[in-house]
Amino acid sequence: MITTIIKPKKTFSLDDFREIWNYRELLYFFTWRDLKVRYKQTFIGALWAILQPFITMIVFTVFFGKLAQMPSDGVPYPIFVYTGLLFWQFFSSALSETSSVLISNQAIITKVYFPRLILPLSSVLTKFVDFAIASLILVGLMFYYGYMPHITGFLIVPLLLVITFMAAIGGGLCLASINVKYRDVRYALPFFIQILLFLTPVIYPASIAGKYSWVLALNPMTGVIQSARAALLGTTPINWLLLGISFFACLAILMIGIIYFKKVERYFADIL
Amino acid sequence: MEPIIKVKEVGKKYNIRHFQGGYIALRDVLADIIKSPFRFLKKKVKEVTGIDTKEDFWALRGASFEVKRGEIVGIIGRNGAGKSTLLKILTGITPPTTGEIVMHGRVASLLEVGTGFHPELSGRENIFLNGAILGMKKSEIAKNFDSIVEFAEIETFLDTPVKYYSSGMYVRLAFSVAAHMEPDILLVDEVLAVGDAEFQKKCLGKMEEVTKKQGRTILFVSHNMAAIERICNRCILIEKGQIKKDSADVRSVIKGYIKGSEGTTEGYIWSNPNNGRFENEWWKPLSIYATDTTDKLCDGPIRNDSRVELVIKGELRSIDPALTIGYALYSDDGTLLYWSFQTDGPEKNWPRLEKGPFTIKSEIPRRLLNEGVYRIELIGGLNDRTWLFSPGGNNPNINISIKGGLSDSPYWTRKRPGILAPELPWKNEK
Repeated sequence: MITTIIKPKKTFSLDDFREIWNYRELLYFFTWRDLKVRYKQTFIGALWAILQPFITMIVFTVFFGKLAQMPSDGVPYPIFVYTGLLFWQFFSSALSETSSVLISNQAIITKVYFPRLILPLSSVLTKFVDFAIASLILVGLMFYYGYMPHITGFLIVPLLLVITFMAAIGGGLCLASINVKYRDVRYALPFFIQILLFLTPVIYPASIAGKYSWVLALNPMTGVIQSARAALLGTTPINWLLLGISFFACLAILMIGIIYFKKVERYFADIL
Repeated sequence: MEPIIKVKEVGKKYNIRHFQGGYIALRDVLADIIKSPFRFLKKKVKEVTGIDTKEDFWALRGASFEVKRGEIVGIIGRNGAGKSTLLKILTGITPPTTGEIVMHGRVASLLEVGTGFHPELSGRENIFLNGAILGMKKSEIAKNFDSIVEFAEIETFLDTPVKYYSSGMYVRLAFSVAAHMEPDILLVDEVLAVGDAEFQKKCLGKMEEVTKKQGRTILFVSHNMAAIERICNRCILIEKGQIKKDSADVRSVIKGYIKGSEGTTEGYIWSNPNNGRFENEWWKPLSIYATDTTDKLCDGPIRNDSRVELVIKGELRSIDPALTIGYALYSDDGTLLYWSFQTDGPEKNWPRLEKGPFTIKSEIPRRLLNEGVYRIELIGGLNDRTWLFSPGGNNPNINISIKGGLSDSPYWTRKRPGILAPELPWKNEK
C-alpha cells in the first residue's frame, strides 16, 4: 500500500531523485511523444535531424572556411566545423526547448501531478536522439577525410555529453523558471542563443583568442567543443584544465538551475 | 479502521498578485526598477520581512477531515469557496501553505478529462500517453487496453489521430482511460460538465460501479446537486475557505447550501471585497446585482415575466476599444446557457465607457428561463487578446432565482421540465 504525505513544499532534497526514478516511465513517454509528434509533423521526418546540421555545415564551410579563410587547427574545415556544430546544436536546441517546456505543457501541469523535473529532462533527451542521428554524418566525414580517433577519444565523448547535458539542463531550468513568471523572456532567447554561438568556438578554434582563451573557458561549451576536436580529430592535445573548468562551470549552472526551479515549482501551477 | 485520507489543518495562501493578469513582463519590472528604484526596494523589503500581508489571501484555511475507505464524499460550495483549491492540494498539483495530508493507497484525479492528449497522435498512442500521465504503468495500460477501447467505443478509429475525432469521441476516450486506472482514491472535479447527457449517465454509472463493487473512495466536487445527491454518501460544504458542514445526510447539507444563498442578500449582490483580487489595469468591477422595474434589488425569487435588469458597476481605469464586459448565465447544475457582452450589438449601440465610475445595464430576457436558480458570472476581457475575467475562473458572480410568471396560459401554470421555458408564438397557416 502506497502512502502519500502532502506537506508544505521544502526545497530540493534527495527524495526528488527517488521520485524521478519512480516516474521514469513517464519520462520515457514524454520523450517518445515529442519525437513521434515532431517526426510526424515534419514531412521528411528523422532526416531533418541530419539535414539541419549538415546544411549549416555546408553554409559555414563556404562562408567562413572558404571565403573568410577561418583557421581550423589544420583540419579540413567541414569536419572541423561539424564537430563543433554537432555539440553546439545539441546544447542550443536543448536549451531553447527546455526553456519553454513548462509553458507548452501547462495544460498538463495545472491538471496532474508528477515530478516537474521530468519535463525538462525529457526535452533534453529528445534532443539527444537528434544528436545521435546527426552524429552519423560525423562518422561519415571521419571516414571520408580518413580520421581515426584515439582510444581516449572514444572514452572522452561520453564525458563531453554529460557536460553538455548538464549545461543544457541547468541553463534550461533557469530559463524555464524565469519564463513562467516573465513571459517576455522567450522572445529574447533566440537572439541570446545566436550571440552565444559566436562566443563559442564553433566556427573558429579556441586558440584564436590567444592568452585570453580562459575567458572563453567560462562558457562550458568551449571546453566541450575544444576537447571533442582534440579527441576525435587530434587537433591539439586534450586540455584537461580547460575541460575541468568547463565541468565545474556546468556543475554550478546545474545546481543553480535545480535550486531555482524547485523554488519556483512551489507556485507555478498557480500562475500558469 | 484507519481513515484512508486524513486532512489536518490544511491551508493555502495565495498572493493576490498571482491572480492579476496571470503573468508579468520582465521589461515592465525592469522599467519599474529604473523609474522608481526606492519604491521597488521598499516593496521588496516589506515582502521579505513579511510586514506586507495586504496582498495575501487564504483560499483555504484550517480544513480538517477524515475519509474512510469506500466513502463517496461530495464537496460543494460557491465558486471561489475553495473546493477546487482543496482538490488541487489533494492531487499534489499545488502544495499547501500549512497543514498535512496523509493518504493511503493510489490516488488518481479526474480534474479534467483528456489531459495530455496530443492531437497529432492516434487514439492508440494517446491511450498510452494519457495513461502514463495519469500514473499508470505501461503494463497496466496494455492489460486494460481492450476494455478501454471498448468502453470508449472507438474501435474503428484507433489509429486515427485524435484531432479528427468528434468531441464526443474525444471525451469518451479520455474518460475511459481514467476510469480504468483502478486507484484506491479517485478525485473528481466537474468532469461531468462535459459530454452529452447520455455520456454523463454512463460516467455516473461507472463511478457508482467503481465504488460499490470495488470499494473505491471518491471525492467529488461539483455544482451538479442532483449528481451529488445521487452518488454521494457524505457531503462537505465549503464556504469562504472553511468547512461549514460535513455530514452523511447529503440532502440536508445540499438544502442548507441552497438555503444559505436564499433569504439573505448574500448571493444576490456582489460587491468588490477590495482585496485586489478582482481588478486589473483596465477596470475594477465595484458591484453586480439585478434590479426589478422599480430599481429595487432582486434579493428573492422573481417572476419570469417581469423586467429584470442586470447592473454592473465599475470603475474604468484605462480606455481600450477592445474591452468587453459581460456575463455568463449558468443553470443550477452548472450548464452554460449563454454569454452576453456589452459589445454584442452593432458598434453604434455599444454603451460608452469613460474613465472613472460607470454603470451598465442589460435586461435579462423575459420568459426564456425556467423556474429555478441561475448563476450569473462576470466575464470579459480584451477582445481577441486576453481574458480579464475568464469564464469559470472564480469570477464575481450572483444568483437569480425565478418563480412564477411562466405564461399567461391557463394550461401552463406549473414548472415544466427543461432548462429553458420560453413562451413561443403559435398561429394558423394563412
